Amino acid sequence: MRTDTPDAATDDTPSDNAATDDTPSEDAATDNAPSRAELAARVDELEDALAAATTDDDAKRISIIATKGTLDMAYPPLILASTAAAFGYEVTVFHTFWALDILHEERSKNLKLSSVGNPNMPMPNAVAALPGMDRVTTKMMEKKIEDNDTASIEELLETSLDMGVEFQACQMTIDLMDYDEDDFYDGVTVGVGAATALQDMVDADIQLLV
Amino acid sequence: MSAEFDITETLDVKGASCPMPVVKTKTAIDELVAGEILEVLATDPGSMSDIDGWAAGTEGVELVDQEEGDDVYKHYVRKTE
Repeated sequence: MRTDTPDAATDDTPSDNAATDDTPSEDAATDNAPSRAELAARVDELEDALAAATTDDDAKRISIIATKGTLDMAYPPLILASTAAAFGYEVTVFHTFWALDILHEERSKNLKLSSVGNPNMPMPNAVAALPGMDRVTTKMMEKKIEDNDTASIEELLETSLDMGVEFQACQMTIDLMDYDEDDFYDGVTVGVGAATALQDMVDADIQLLV
Repeated sequence: MSAEFDITETLDVKGASCPMPVVKTKTAIDELVAGEILEVLATDPGSMSDIDGWAAGTEGVELVDQEEGDDVYKHYVRKTE
């Protein structure tokens, strides 16, 4: 056992020598390489840049284009917008054509469901087209919404606004369809067009046309 | 089965359906500080999957536990940052 110890020591020695052999070449490399302080500064700089980049990109973005204003079609963009806001996304919903009604304080409370053109309706189109049928199907739907405790359009819109969702009203269709900007909910952005929507879509992680 | 952690707040969203359980959970968790736990009581069966998915995809929250009772679904969410 005693003899082992010197052997082990001698075994170590060459590797020690090897280490010392390496040292000069490392020194030579250090001459051209940045100093430890410079490297540390560079690392700090990169870490800051990375932190800034990841913080900025941290919030995911979703861009939704809402084009429909019937009671059934008003739900999907609002449900997705409020849920995305709950995920911490930055959310933009661009409303154009009939979807402007969703942003209209009065009309949003009276959105209609069409009884024609939907083959899943429990009546033939010939009957569905009779005067007053849209009112009947809308009432049916409203009752189902109420019975099921489904949030109203108004509630979803106001909740989304509170959560920081940006609702935009397309200026061209405001003018085309003679909307009064004062009739929209407080907090709705007006004076925007397709280029704004397109830029939002470019910046977004998720883009949806509803 | 009672929870083995301290509940700071309880949010009652019984009766509410998608997306309100998730939306209200988010709003309620914003009021807490890191480390605190929110209990969410829901009747929406979809809340089991939805709150799980929301917690997995959202920064600063962690789903601690979920319990499926007779008619109430209980969710425990910790605010982590």
